[in-house]
Amino acid sequence: MTVSSELDARFRDAAAAEGLLDVAYELHDSPVGKLFVAVTDRGVCEIHYDADPDAEADRLARLFGTRVLRSPRPTDEARRQLDEYFAGSRHEFDLEVDLRPARDFGRAVLEQLARVPYGELTTYGTLAAKAGRPRAARAVGTVMNRNPVPIVLPCHRVVGSTGSLVGYAGGLDRKRTLLELEGALSPLR
Amino acid sequence: MEAVSVPPFERFYEEQKGPVLAQLRRLLGRDAADDAFQETFLRALRAYPKLEHGEYLRAWALTIARHVAFDARRRERVTSADVPDLESVDEPLPYEELHRLTADLPQTERAAVFLRYGYDLSYEEIGNALGSSSEAARQAASSGVRRLRRKELS
Repeated sequence: MTVSSELDARFRDAAAAEGLLDVAYELHDSPVGKLFVAVTDRGVCEIHYDADPDAEADRLARLFGTRVLRSPRPTDEARRQLDEYFAGSRHEFDLEVDLRPARDFGRAVLEQLARVPYGELTTYGTLAAKAGRPRAARAVGTVMNRNPVPIVLPCHRVVGSTGSLVGYAGGLDRKRTLLELEGALSPLR
Repeated sequence: MEAVSVPPFERFYEEQKGPVLAQLRRLLGRDAADDAFQETFLRALRAYPKLEHGEYLRAWALTIARHVAFDARRRERVTSADVPDLESVDEPLPYEELHRLTADLPQTERAAVFLRYGYDLSYEEIGNALGSSSEAARQAASSGVRRLRRKELS
């Protein structure tokens, strides 16, 4: 039997309003493609490019608990700020992030990453030093590659010591797009 | 045999929402079924963290739905003839042995036995799922088991 979209939406709202979810998520259109945006009661826990929602739900259930549900309302604020960022009107995100699954060095690096300002570039080595392990540039690369909340935690602003873009979990085109949006990179001719 | 892991609630909900709504409409009619639908899945959400495996989730969802429907009808004391009688729509459910074994038990005892011994839920969780106290859940399960033993002996 088909459940009407009103009935379906009503339950998804109620589940969040009753505080019964470990994770609420929604898919959100953006200039860099569809984003999977997930939040817990502590903040944004995941932003993912090109997500397979089913696989992400499995992963989030293992990390945060099995009550993972597509429920747009709790993600509204994060999605609104992402829209503003892409429109160029927001330079800083005013969002909590939930980094509970990150451990030790990874967490230290992500905390340093959060401080890299809009429109500025830094290097893997610099971040490694700020996180207390100056020789761990390669490990920083791994942390960037697994950044659970790209865009909000701006791993796109981290480049190689020669200025090359190096890599990006969402693909180098997206890294370039974000940096151009921020005026940190002149558009390619 | 490896236990089936509990799926993310999203998958459970997507798989069970159709059958649950169908059952609620048979039991309550179209309008009341909508309210009962939400209540069924909210109760399932409350009990969900305590599930230890992902088996028989259809049966679990339909059991909760049946109890929500039962509560709704008790509250409203519906006497209208066009609403189907709860006991007369006892359709076969897709889980085998425990279900067959408990088929003759009164509804609440059957659910309590099923959730206790099929799902290994605590009485508190069973109470949550069924909308009763944990003490009532415990009594229902033990009187269900007594009834099954008597039946076995006779």
